[in-house]
Amino acid sequence: MSTRPADWTLAAAPAPRAPASSALAEPPWLRRLLTAAALGFLGLFLVLPLVTVFAEAFSKGVGVYLDAISDPIALAAVRLTLLVAAISVPANAAFGVAAAWAIAKFEFRGKALLVTAIDLPFAVSPVVAGLIFVLLFGAQGIFGPWLREHDLKIIFAVPGIVLATTFITFPFVARELIPLMQEQGSEEEEAALSLGASGWQTFRRVTLPNISLGLLYGIVLLNARAMGEFGAVSVVSGHIRGVTNTLPLHVEILYNEYQSAAAFAAASLLALLALLTLVLKRILEWRMGRIARAA
Amino acid sequence: MRRRRSVLPGFGLTLGVTLVYLSLLVLLPLAGLFLRSASLSAGEFFSAVASPRALAAYRLSFGASFAAASVNAVMGLVVAWVLVRYRFPGRGLADALVDLPFALPTAVAGITLTSLLAKTGWLGRVLEPLGIQVAYTPLGVAVALTFIGLPFVVRTLQPVLQDLDPEIEEAAASLGASRWLTFRRVLFPGLWPALVTGFALAFARAVGEYGSVVFISGNMPGRTEIAPLLIVTKLEQYDYAGATAIATTLLLISFGLLLGINALQRFGSHRLSGAGEAS
Repeated sequence: MSTRPADWTLAAAPAPRAPASSALAEPPWLRRLLTAAALGFLGLFLVLPLVTVFAEAFSKGVGVYLDAISDPIALAAVRLTLLVAAISVPANAAFGVAAAWAIAKFEFRGKALLVTAIDLPFAVSPVVAGLIFVLLFGAQGIFGPWLREHDLKIIFAVPGIVLATTFITFPFVARELIPLMQEQGSEEEEAALSLGASGWQTFRRVTLPNISLGLLYGIVLLNARAMGEFGAVSVVSGHIRGVTNTLPLHVEILYNEYQSAAAFAAASLLALLALLTLVLKRILEWRMGRIARAA
Repeated sequence: MRRRRSVLPGFGLTLGVTLVYLSLLVLLPLAGLFLRSASLSAGEFFSAVASPRALAAYRLSFGASFAAASVNAVMGLVVAWVLVRYRFPGRGLADALVDLPFALPTAVAGITLTSLLAKTGWLGRVLEPLGIQVAYTPLGVAVALTFIGLPFVVRTLQPVLQDLDPEIEEAAASLGASRWLTFRRVLFPGLWPALVTGFALAFARAVGEYGSVVFISGNMPGRTEIAPLLIVTKLEQYDYAGATAIATTLLLISFGLLLGINALQRFGSHRLSGAGEAS
């Protein structure tokens, strides 16, 4: 009985996540062991590879590194990667906003099916994503003869790379915005409309500011995947140096030619992009979390 | 289509854009694959899908994916637990780094893991004298797939761990349950749907993975050749029928996994909301 008040004060302590009682927390040795195991695992699988990219990139010195990233073929690969992202990112972002508007603001039959269909590209192996476009537009494909007659090239050319990348990154923004807009409801939009705003004004002045962080978050993830996609792009690209090589494909070619330092130099640019993505993602999460707390 | 009248405009436009874009970019191209597959004779289809080389590739793909997802389930639970429950310097950094496999292009992951684990690499140098060869073996495939699947279990478990009501733990402890018993009987039943979902997500991603594996696997047919690589090889040999047949099989399995994961998530959220109402 005498322990009872002590238990009460414990339960009322303001830090429920860090209970002091031994029955509510693991013993210190176990805490240390679990923390060490977790950090060891993350260190081995995440930190060590990240360090390796830069160590290998500079293994032949700064001169080789600078030569590798200023090589005209490397620059062409960077340009193509940026071009592909510049097409697929806005296209998928616009689609994501439209899909989220229809799905979050309206009730209609087949909605669950539509949401599942939007997720489909995440379930498709990148290689299969490339293959489906080869089967449509390749020389042996359904539209192959027609394309040849009209002297158009999609496979082993830039349009194929754009198509495959857009397919792979299709769900990112929609996935982020659908739950967000469902949670926000339509009351603010309805109020704006009843005050005489047009539909477009309502979207721009009310909805867009409300979803801007979520939209940015989706775009950051979408962009990282678009610039880094390898499997799907490698099937449709044809690996033509300086013409259809994206940066990840450029890394592969250099690596297979035993130009390890140059391959890792190009890879380090992609690793920097990944780090930038993680930083932006964190900042956005932090800001979204703050907004949720304030609300 | 419309069942409840909404005063908001733009339903026709946005749904129209969504359906057209989805159909042109995703549904019709996928249908093309099935159409092409249906035009194959049964003999063509099965000789590609059930050849010894293809069977070995499926075995490796599914076996290594299962092993990698299992490692991630165990270590992901430990990582998520430590990140949610404990406070230590560098926790925020460790938490942010968990997403690295999502952000790092797979080709970069592939060449990096290979150079780490090759005989001359930082890790390979240590493991080689112990008789453990990782690069260019099935073990290497599993390592690459573990890297790729790492965030899934952690990120599905974290919100569930965060939302666990501390009162039920306190109740268990006050009734005299040991910490281990509390975890096993009180906490784990709330965690396992998320754990299984994370496992399934990591597994599904691993089955289709290509970029991170092709460098470390060595690509020996029948030994270290994964199913997606076999599709690429068939394509490079202009064996469109074979590539299509194997791709269709892989795709059907992936869709099955997607449906299973969706069902699991619904089941998990029902359980959670049920538990929330009860408390």
